[in-house]
Parts: sequence; structure tokens; C-alpha cells
Amino acid sequence: MNTGDVSGEQPAGPAKNVDGVIFDLRLYTAGQSPKSILAIENLRRVCDEHLPGRYRIEVINLLETPELARAAEIIAVPTLVRRLPLPIRTIIGDLSDTDRVLVGLQLRPDGWRSP
Amino acid sequence: MSDATGADPAAAQNPGAAVLVKAPTGIGGFDEITRGGLPRGRATLVTGGAGSGKTLFGLEFLVWGARKFGERGVLLSFEESADELATNVSSLGFDLPQLEREGLLAVDAFRIDRDALVAAGGFDLEGLFIRLGSAVDRIGAKRVVLDTVEVLFTALGSESTVRAELSRLLRWLKDRGLTAIITGEQGRSGELTRYGIEEYVSDCVVALDDRIQDELATRLLRVAKYRGSLHGTNEYPFVITDRGMVVLPITAPGSAHPAPDERISTGINRLDHMLDGGVYRGSTVLVSGGSGTGKTSLAGHLANASCARGERVLFVSFEESAEQLLRNMRSIGLDLHRWVEAGLLRLWAVSPAAYGLVEQLVQLHRRLDEFMPSMAVLDAMAGLNHLGTSTSVSSTIASQIDMMKGRGVTAVLTSLTHYGQGESSALAVSSLMDTWLLLRNTELDGERNRLLSVIKSRGSAHSNQVREFVLTDRGAELLDVHVGPRGVLTGSARMAQLADERAAAAGRGAQFQRRRQALERRTAQVEQQITVLRDDLAAERAELDQLVEQDVAAGEGRDADREVMAAHRWADPGATPDPDANQP
Repeated sequence: MNTGDVSGEQPAGPAKNVDGVIFDLRLYTAGQSPKSILAIENLRRVCDEHLPGRYRIEVINLLETPELARAAEIIAVPTLVRRLPLPIRTIIGDLSDTDRVLVGLQLRPDGWRSP
Repeated sequence: MSDATGADPAAAQNPGAAVLVKAPTGIGGFDEITRGGLPRGRATLVTGGAGSGKTLFGLEFLVWGARKFGERGVLLSFEESADELATNVSSLGFDLPQLEREGLLAVDAFRIDRDALVAAGGFDLEGLFIRLGSAVDRIGAKRVVLDTVEVLFTALGSESTVRAELSRLLRWLKDRGLTAIITGEQGRSGELTRYGIEEYVSDCVVALDDRIQDELATRLLRVAKYRGSLHGTNEYPFVITDRGMVVLPITAPGSAHPAPDERISTGINRLDHMLDGGVYRGSTVLVSGGSGTGKTSLAGHLANASCARGERVLFVSFEESAEQLLRNMRSIGLDLHRWVEAGLLRLWAVSPAAYGLVEQLVQLHRRLDEFMPSMAVLDAMAGLNHLGTSTSVSSTIASQIDMMKGRGVTAVLTSLTHYGQGESSALAVSSLMDTWLLLRNTELDGERNRLLSVIKSRGSAHSNQVREFVLTDRGAELLDVHVGPRGVLTGSARMAQLADERAAAAGRGAQFQRRRQALERRTAQVEQQITVLRDDLAAERAELDQLVEQDVAAGEGRDADREVMAAHRWADPGATPDPDANQP
């Protein structure tokens, strides 16, 4: 539980420290389930809008490689993992709540909501 | 327990009904309570507070499943890592990594980092299903434990999603025919689980509790629900020993104890006699008494007599160390050391503070298993000591007595009674005792002396007499007490009384002697008189004979005289001297 205990060190404003950094993202899905399809669409939309040209997305179908579910500690599907920049962040769900996705990717501060 | 497919006997009695097949847990005592274990192919909820033993229950289900019943298992842990789990149970002799290497167990620990996790939209728990499914398929598991799935409610935020997924998970388990345990955290105000997951697990619910009773920490297990099966409804005490959980059935269902007719000696001749030949083998003997009344010594005699017959005895001392016990027994002429050396006597000295009562009883259980004695002495039984023992404690003891009876072990229990309690002590369990010997101290004339009486002895025509119990350096002896106008006399008073009696007897003896001499004298006198009388009679008879003789001689003289006279008168010679012949 200690590895993720970084919330106290979060910057107050829009995350300056991630400017210009390449986001290495991995999306774990369960085949062609509606939530999985929705998550892929939502992720691309958010990235294109907020991380234009500096993101990399890998979609993992757990139905094909179930062993990766354990390796990546996946319970909920879909799960988006921000592998880079560190620290690793995990966002679960179909990513339809864009505000929460931005907070999860630390592109916005904790508890932030769009006006 | 060895019956891997333990069908419910109740269901078997009901032809036509689907037989509820059970999966034994291998947890000591639990399979007896539930008549075979958990419902096979269904999920069971095991709920309890923190540290109540839920995780261990689940782990044992898997470990024994793999080791005893040939059923592999998967553990999904949501609270502890695989390493933590392995460490926690290694002290119980469960080697989880080894089981995993053998392909008998798969452990998958779910680490959920709440702080680094954000929910953004709808999700499901497909990851959980995928991981569980792949683990089950990989080793061919029949058993699954999810510990504690409720963590998901707080970790993932969306309660409605977790609920829906939990419901789906249980259907999934059932469809695959997996026997599952779901653990749940007890709610703060007494609900079975904090999130009400019992509504999804409807077949069987086991509640664990950890309570303080009579200042003893007591773990209790209750089968709150078991659909379609008979089960014990009591709260059963259980302990976590260094070999896992042991549940103590208070009443073993359908227990029929062997009742041998054979009597065994108590090692004290006169006590055997009072008991009509000794105590029955396999019966339970309670020796109660105040401190210093000789309870341990009496128990020592029973043990000694058993060893002398070549039988094994387990002597559990809650009061003395083994060395102390041997020394003290030696002082009353009992050499128990030789039996220890011969391997017939095993002494187990245990501090009453070392374990809780239930724990003690479980330890005892194990020692009985290992040593297989024909007699067990418990000196002095904890919990029998205080009058105010709760029913659960005394029923725990009852179950142990039951257990010993079931094994045919002759149980000798000593119990301390406090001054003035007398027979009222140990009342809670005394009905379970077959023979009850009461030792008392009497104080009279500045002495304390021991008295022994048989309060009861089932199936025996036992003596109603009180005996004085004397410990000598040659062993214990029973002496008749003196019951007289001064009451029951023992010790010096008894000896003084006996001396008095001897003196009185001696006095009476002299009197008899005098009377006997007088009688002899009188006999001599009478005999003398008889002699005199006899002499008189003889003299009289002699006189009479003389007279008769004289008379005969006189008669002959008269005849001769008549002939002389006839010749003198010239009488006809033909004529007889008959006077009638002379008649004309």
C-alpha cells in the first residue's frame, strides 16, 4: 500500500511536471465487450484532446492473455494503467467520465471538476 | 472425516429428495457438527470479526482438501499477499509454497492500491473472473476461497457494481460446480457482514466469534444457516492450535460409549472393597476435596495401579511440576519414576495460566491421540474449581469427558473444593461422573484428619461408610473410623477410643475369668456330690443284694427241716410234703 502513497506530493495546479512527457498507457480490456469498446473510444478522445502527439496506447485483451491480468494486478475491466510517467496510476471504468480520467492521469489536481 | 463424499445422512433417509453432497473441510470437529462438511458445489459464507479465524478456516479447507481429500484449491486473497499468508500459516505446519509447487494449490493475492486508483465510468470485475478462471483451470481446482471479497466494496468505490458482480461471481462458481468459501467481515452492530453479502451466499453461513467468557478468551463457531441439511445449532468453542483449528462438539451426535464390565483396582485394597471391586474401566472418577486432603495422592494410587497392570497412564498436573509430583508421590511410598522410565507413565505439567481452558482441552485431546493411554489423570481440573462457571465452560469440559469415554479412557479428575463447599462444588459436571470420591478434613482435638467417602458409584453396590484416609510412607490406607457417642472419631481420638475399648475389654475379660473359675469350682463340687450319691446308691444296692441272698438261703433251710420233720413223724414216703396231698 506504500507504493501509491503519493497523493500528498501532488502539485496544486495543472500538472506542470508532466508537460512534454510521453504518456505510456496500457488499456486492459475483455475482448469486444461494450465497456471495452467504449473505453478505447473514450481514451483516444481524451488523449487526442489533452495529450496530442505525446501518448502511446497499448490495448491488452485479457481474454487472449489472461496471465497478464495477474501480472498487472487487474480486477476491474476496463482498467487503464499509466505506466509512464511514474508513479504508476490506475483508472478503472469505461473512461466516460473525462474529468475523472484527467485527474487519474494527473493532468488535473485531485478533486478537480470542469467548470 | 475420511469420507470424501460425505452425503448427508438426513438427506439419505429421504428417498426421492436430491442428496446434498458435502465437501469435508478436514477441520477437526467441524465436519462432525455439519455432518460431513460444507455443501459441495455451493458457496459458504464464513463471517467474523478481525482475527476471528476466517482466513484460517478457508486455508484449512484448501490445505486439507488437497492433502486429505484429493481436491485442489484456489485462494484469492484480497487482504494479504501470498508471502504474508504463507508466513502466517507456516507456524501451523501448512507449507503453502510447497502445495503450490505440487500444483495442489494456487494462491492469487489481489493488491488494490486505493490511493492510486481512480474510477472513471462503468466497469465490471472481469479481471477477477479471468484470474480465478485461469487459476482454476490451470490446476483443476474443485475448491475456491475468496478472502475477503468485501474489500472490493471500499476499494473500487462503486457498491452497486460490486454487488452485481458478486452475484454474478457466485453464479459462476455454482455453474462450475466449485465448492467455495467467501469470507466476510462482521458488521459493527452485529450484522453477519458489513455489506450484507449473506444475501448472495444463501446455502451455508458459518459465523466465528471471539469473546471473553469467565475471563477466558473463547473462540466460538456457529453454523448460522445450512440450507437442506441438519446441523448443530449451538455455539461451539474452537481453538487455533499449532496444527490448525479444532472445533469442540459439545454433544457428539449419536455417541454410544463402550461400557466394559471390567473393574480395575484403585490401588487401595479397602477402597476397591468399598467400590465393590474397583472402578469400571473407561469410567470417569471424580476425586474432590479441599486442599491437603490427599486428592493427588489418591489419584497417584490409581495411576500407579494402572501402570502396575502394564497400562499407559497420562498424568496431567496443573499444579505441580513433574519432578515435584514424583518426589511427593515417593514420600507416600509410590515410586512413579519407574513407570516413567518404563514408558508407561507420561507426566504433563501445565501451568493453568499457560493456555485458556479450551486450549488446554485441545492439547489434552492431542496427547490422548499420541500416547493412547488407558487412563488419564487430570490434577486438578481447571474450571471445575469455581462454582460460577458458565454453561459453555462446563459443557466444554463435558465434551472432553465425553471424548475420553468414547475412547474408553478411564478418566480420573481431581477437583479442589473450598472450605464449606463440600459436596456442592463441581455440581455442574458431577452428573457426568461415574464415581465420585469425596475427601474431607475433620478437625477435632487439635488434629486434622482425612476422611474418605464414596458419594456415588454408578453400577456398583458401594459402601456407605466413611473411612479414615491415612497416608503412610507405604502408601495410602483406609481405616475404619470410630462412630460413637462422641461422633466420628479419627486420628488420636480414634486411637484413644480404641485404647479405652481395649481396656474395657480387658476388664470384662477378668470378670469372665472369675466367673469361669467359679463355674469350674461349682462343677467340681457338683461332680463330688454326684460321686457321693453314686456311692450311696451302690451301697444301698449291695445291702439289698445281701438281703436277697439271705432270704434264699433261709428258704433252702426250711425244706431240709421239713424233710427231717417228716421222717421224724414216719410219714408215707410217697406222700409229698405237699400240705394239700394230706387233705382227705
